[in-house]
Amino acid sequence: MAAPMLRGWWFARRGALACVDGGSRHGRGAAIGCRSSGQRGQSSVAQQPLITAQKSGKGEHEWAAVVGLEIHAQISSNSKLFSGSQVQFAAPPNSLVSFFDASLPGTLPVLNRRCVEAAVMTGLALKCHINKKSLFDRKHYFYADLPAGYQITQQRLPIAVNGSLEYSVCVGKKRSQVITRTARIKQIQLEQDSGKSLHDELRSQTLIDLNRAGVGLLEVVLEPDMSCGEEAATAVRELQLILQALGTSQANMAEGQLRVDANISVHHPGEPLGVRTEVKNLNSARFLARAIDSEIERQINELENGREILNETRSFDCKLGCTIPMRDKEGKQDYRFMPEPNLPPLLLYDTASLPPGADPQQVINIDRIREQLPELPSETREQLVQQYGMLPEHSFTILNEVGLLEFFQNVIKETRAEPKKVTSWILNNFLGFLKQQNLAVNESPVTPSALAELLNLLDRKAISSSAAKQVFEELWRSKGKTPSQIVSEKQLELMQDGEALDQVCLAVMEEHPQVVLAMKRGNPRAINKMIGLVRKATLSRADPTVIKEILEKKLSS
Amino acid sequence: MLGRTLREVSAALKQGQITPTELCQKCLSLIKKTKFLNAYITVSEEVALKQAEESEKRYKKGHSLGDLDGIPIAVKDNFSTSGIETTCASNMLKGYVPPYNATVVQKLLDQGAVLMGKTNLDEFAMGSGSTDGVFGPVKNPWSYSKQYREKTKHKAHGENEDSNWLITGGSSGGSAAAVATFTCFAALGSDTGGSTRNPAAHCGVVGFKPSYGLVSRHGLIPLVNSMDVPGILTRCVDDAAIVLGMLAGHDPKDSTTVQDPVKPFTLTSLTDVSKLCIGIPKEYITPELSSEVQSLWSKAANLFESEGAKVIEVSLPHTSYSIVCYHVLCTSEVASNMARFDGLEYGHRCDIDVSTEAMYAATRREGFNDVVRGRILSGNFFLLKENYENYFIKAQKVRRLIANDFVNVFNSGVDVLLTPTTLSEAVPYQEFIKEDNRTRSAQDDIFTQAVNMAGLPAVSVPMALSNQGLPVGLQFIGRAFHDQQLLTVAKWFEKQVQFPVTQLQELMDDCSSVFEIEKLAAVSLKQ
Repeated sequence: MAAPMLRGWWFARRGALACVDGGSRHGRGAAIGCRSSGQRGQSSVAQQPLITAQKSGKGEHEWAAVVGLEIHAQISSNSKLFSGSQVQFAAPPNSLVSFFDASLPGTLPVLNRRCVEAAVMTGLALKCHINKKSLFDRKHYFYADLPAGYQITQQRLPIAVNGSLEYSVCVGKKRSQVITRTARIKQIQLEQDSGKSLHDELRSQTLIDLNRAGVGLLEVVLEPDMSCGEEAATAVRELQLILQALGTSQANMAEGQLRVDANISVHHPGEPLGVRTEVKNLNSARFLARAIDSEIERQINELENGREILNETRSFDCKLGCTIPMRDKEGKQDYRFMPEPNLPPLLLYDTASLPPGADPQQVINIDRIREQLPELPSETREQLVQQYGMLPEHSFTILNEVGLLEFFQNVIKETRAEPKKVTSWILNNFLGFLKQQNLAVNESPVTPSALAELLNLLDRKAISSSAAKQVFEELWRSKGKTPSQIVSEKQLELMQDGEALDQVCLAVMEEHPQVVLAMKRGNPRAINKMIGLVRKATLSRADPTVIKEILEKKLSS
Repeated sequence: MLGRTLREVSAALKQGQITPTELCQKCLSLIKKTKFLNAYITVSEEVALKQAEESEKRYKKGHSLGDLDGIPIAVKDNFSTSGIETTCASNMLKGYVPPYNATVVQKLLDQGAVLMGKTNLDEFAMGSGSTDGVFGPVKNPWSYSKQYREKTKHKAHGENEDSNWLITGGSSGGSAAAVATFTCFAALGSDTGGSTRNPAAHCGVVGFKPSYGLVSRHGLIPLVNSMDVPGILTRCVDDAAIVLGMLAGHDPKDSTTVQDPVKPFTLTSLTDVSKLCIGIPKEYITPELSSEVQSLWSKAANLFESEGAKVIEVSLPHTSYSIVCYHVLCTSEVASNMARFDGLEYGHRCDIDVSTEAMYAATRREGFNDVVRGRILSGNFFLLKENYENYFIKAQKVRRLIANDFVNVFNSGVDVLLTPTTLSEAVPYQEFIKEDNRTRSAQDDIFTQAVNMAGLPAVSVPMALSNQGLPVGLQFIGRAFHDQQLLTVAKWFEKQVQFPVTQLQELMDDCSSVFEIEKLAAVSLKQ
């Protein structure tokens, strides 16, 4: 499908990603101070309570920033929200389009049960009130990838309201102090995704792919309870983990399954909130915090220089590292909301209100979904701390890295090594290697079994810890070899034979009479030197403590 | 054979008196002879003959699919028909061939019905005359009937005869004319404010609007989703009941259809109306109502009363707000529903390719007529943020009041309401177009419109010929989902009044014998 080029197609997209409340100011009285420091650009940690603008002697003003988020998560389901078309990423263009998705006249929406269940489950996990009755509305705007000319959403009465999202930020010098914060959730609504426009500027054409048109979205609206990029990014990351744990969304930002818009304003503490801007399409985890912080900084700069903040829509230019206004010729758009007449109110039940004799296929029982709630990330972290004595900040790292928790659990299952040891190896050596080579956990050449085996060797003192590191490096290079194979190939196993080690010690002592003399005189450095010499002679395969024992025995005899 | 009712011809098919192919060919030949009426936009001759042939095979094997097998039907051109152009009488959809069948169409085809073609209408069903479609107006067959010609001979003298033709009413005028001229045995219309009942009354046929939610709208190109229902046009009440029996019930593709299974039913013949309570809404006695229609209405009420029914005056106090309320709700939904016609996925697209916006604007300007564009404009005005509360929300509240009027009346013990269908009999086209579409729709929907607001079943039954020799229909309104009871009362009434058959011999000489004989046969075969 192709359309003539949209005039200024790079203008504000108002569709799936638009804001819900129309006011231009945040509706919250008191702001929590942003803890971002004045210097930014890197992921600044929340430390100071307020932003201090460049110190200019007197007239120094403190600024507080307020950040609210609208997050669109694609529901993980086999079919679309209102049609039977399949949902699949990167399918050939327009291969997953039903008559309804293409808005053929006469077609009607039929609500997908799975999407409703996903919304209810997400609402429950986020401590929302689930509305037993919710309604669908049409939101109108013309855009080439919105075939019906309207999006079906839940403007008046959404499926879930008044929840909260708890997320934790690590603060302190070593980022070892974990502080829990809460962002209130205004609502969660079910709505349709739009299609995709591909702009071919050479031929001055817009190509339309409707595969995504009609896919179910959860729009999660977070109240402006955050105060800097890092907080927002952490909240989004936590939501992402929750959605993934629930299985209600794959929430993969790179595949567009999680998309974020931020509402940002700054003000002086104690004064009314400032005019806000909306930064749209923050669709990369990498740039989320940076975009928000740069917008906060821009607003402060504007105000400090006596300029005003316009209530406008902006986007983040990752090359420039700052937000730029989205040119929006049409001005304020009126979406002309109207009830969707083809969908009756969505009614949900709990066990108490379930009509007797109701067909389970026809009704959704909130209590049943509550029973099916899986362990949430916060519970998983708590479990890690309790069961393995893990530090809280380590439990965050384990969960934040995709696939790392599973990796950790698999290693634990197969090793006799201490959990603390496992944690330390995974966070320091394993994760370090991954980062260094820019790999994801599932791309790691080292399997959980291999690491478990390595840790077992270490645990039963078959190898020294420096040998273990060597083996680990070797595992990284030579895929397919087991740790034991590497140990025997490289002859890295510790000498378990006391007799043999005794012989080596004797031989080395005979070779170095001066060192022996120094030892006998009680020079404390001499014994260490001798241990080193013996270790060298054993090609590092002997345990230094054992060597020391032997040497001491020989000296005293 | 053509003059028979659906049930009679169905019996004849089963008995082998006629084959489906013969029947289909007779209808096709009549369609050609009545082409000047402009009742059909598309005649699906090839498809029809093929379907008839298949039906014939089934009859030969003794495996007929039921009462509709081999029966010629017609479908209003706003129902999607797979592989057959569906235009809504609009430039916007000229050449649009849907890839799927509307549920109601599919159900008829599954029963072995033979689709003769797609019938004419006002563009996107917006109108009450069947005069505002891109393919031109539909002419009322009664314009050419012996009955009308005889009465108006003196008036027509000296004038060009053809300029005096009458409108069919609308917007399902093509379907009404198709049934009235025997080119099919039943036709689908749609009814949003009276679009099935109004032309039925003007063309002397039965026009039935089922309860909202009883019959699937899937595939019906919408006017007002919350009021649209597929309508049924037939030559007698029994036939409408047969077709309803085939169409009614839940459709997984239409979430607004009833969940409960609908039991198949056959209409009983009422012998005793003494337990019936008939309501006469006093608000329907308006100054615009022609004295002739009013007197026929009284006559009908007297008929019930004389047979022992209780006939009482009732009040539907919010009736007068119905039209203005409808205007707001209708145009708002129209503005929304028409948004999809942007020239991208299907339908008309202009040549302008400067930008997508320019393409949208030109496509929609070229694709829609003034009536559609006017309604889109008003609807978008009512939906603006600053107007929504004052117009749309208020109109919804008024709608609730109107619906409650009916609930109250039915709760007070009334079984069925009896009202006129239209203000007068059909008027000449030249007369009709003196007023614009909006004015006409507002006038002509006055007795039919409130029913759609309330989602009730209603049926227009032809009662008698006016002094001019033109049909006058009366409307029965029933309780929601009491469609069967409603049709039973209508059937009793139909039997009492013995409405005459159109006499079109002057125009179709070679068919005259058919009508002469069948007119009698039709009466005598009724049980």
